[in-house]
Amino acid sequence: MASHLGGLSGAPVVRVESLVRRFGPRTILDGLSLGIEKGEFVALLGRSGSGKSTLLRALADLDDKVSGSGRLETPDKKSVVFQDARLLPWKRVLENVVLGLGLPDAAERGRAALEEVGLSGRETAWPVELSGGEQQRVALARSLVRDPELLLADEPFGALDALTRLRMHDLLRQLCARHRPAVLLVTHDVDEAVMLADRVLVLDNGAIAADIAVNVTKPRNHGDRRFGEIRSELLRHLGVETRPALPV
Amino acid sequence: MNAISHTAAIARPIPDERELTAPAVQARKAGTRRRLALGRAIPFGALIGPALLLVIWSGGSVAGLIDPRTLPAPWSVVGTAIDLIATGKLQDHLMTSAWRAAQGLVFGILIGAVLALISGLSRLGEAIIDGPVQIKRAIPTLALIPLLMLWFGIGEGMKVTTIALAVLIPIYIQTHSSLRSIDNRYVELAQTLRIGYGEFIREVILPGALPGFFLGLRFAVTYAWLSLVVVEQVNATSGIGYMIDLARNYGQTDIVIVGLAIYALLGLASDGIVCFFQERSLSWRRTLAD
Repeated sequence: MASHLGGLSGAPVVRVESLVRRFGPRTILDGLSLGIEKGEFVALLGRSGSGKSTLLRALADLDDKVSGSGRLETPDKKSVVFQDARLLPWKRVLENVVLGLGLPDAAERGRAALEEVGLSGRETAWPVELSGGEQQRVALARSLVRDPELLLADEPFGALDALTRLRMHDLLRQLCARHRPAVLLVTHDVDEAVMLADRVLVLDNGAIAADIAVNVTKPRNHGDRRFGEIRSELLRHLGVETRPALPV
Repeated sequence: MNAISHTAAIARPIPDERELTAPAVQARKAGTRRRLALGRAIPFGALIGPALLLVIWSGGSVAGLIDPRTLPAPWSVVGTAIDLIATGKLQDHLMTSAWRAAQGLVFGILIGAVLALISGLSRLGEAIIDGPVQIKRAIPTLALIPLLMLWFGIGEGMKVTTIALAVLIPIYIQTHSSLRSIDNRYVELAQTLRIGYGEFIREVILPGALPGFFLGLRFAVTYAWLSLVVVEQVNATSGIGYMIDLARNYGQTDIVIVGLAIYALLGLASDGIVCFFQERSLSWRRTLAD
């Protein structure tokens, strides 16, 4: 499946070849191959249990207890945004952002990152004092302050309400435009994938079943005809039959 | 309830607009919704119960319901305390007792915490340490006193060791369990942030285990006083416990009461100190009490 390996311009940031991951008798990832370019925004869709999170955890080096094989190349500078913000409750916001950064100007960078996500002034708040959306913004700041070449996001907006989620989409888009990390966004939300990504992958039976470039001009909106077509195609790959797009 | 307060207000001859609406609104707020969280804290609420006991005690003494040989009146106990302070006896005994308890606490806390860390952070450490500590836990510390006397004699060493042995158990148990129950999600996070082992211990493990440590500390302080009482009454020539034991021999109930009051004050004060540090260190938490 060389088509998923990217490779249009120079070496990709992420290169996965014949990746196999097993949990007991079940094979979750079955010879999966994937490439992500520098600065490319890839969304990964798939039904529950299709192995989205397994792939992301493999890329994040969080699966050392899982059996499997394959080749996996990822940059050293990568960071993960989880579905829960995963802030240490006993650290204030700024301390959470710069946790483990170990640079002399860590506090400076942390403040700048918080400003970018619109949370300046909340540096000394405890995580429990923030709303869900604000906590997730802190998690984004914690990732970005590390200047990642690869940003791995595991359904980062899944626990947020619909309005907050839309705002977070805007924020993530701006941040990615500015910092240009390669992104792998795992999501179950087709609209979110089409809205944000340059390329959408559908994972099925442990391999990539569809690889669709989102050639919709930015800024994107749901009413766009091409948007609707890609959305329908993705839904079909996910096994959801859609009615023809509503007449406009 | 709502309707009643409403009609009551209307039935008045000249209902004032503000009076008419305010009670009705309040009644609705208070009546229809029961808050599950506790209400606001009562100022100095902790003092109400003890004050009530003191009132009953005084009342009983004045009315002659309490025989002074059983329980002297509060004021005669205070008088005895003043006498004891004037002669300097009370201070001497108190200092001796406090010094024993403090030494036992410090050694017990240090040993308990270090053992909990070693056992909590490594499988080998757990295999070596946890078993013996659990066995020690099964033996009441006070039952060890005869053995400790044979080993250490009847001097200060035996007393401090007994206290330290009692103290290290709750510190170890609570710290270890809190440390082991740190959410694996934070461990994963630390891994993705690539923080070093030292920083992981400092920033994730120790703060995560702190609530358990403080819980253990509150038990530990209680156990320290408890052990102190026993070692001072078993074999001592000074200390509050010795003072009480001596007073018992001469039937001086008032001195016994003074000693007990001192123990109560020491216990309350030390628990208060622990709570103070607990609240300061764990201010990130939100619980039912907030």
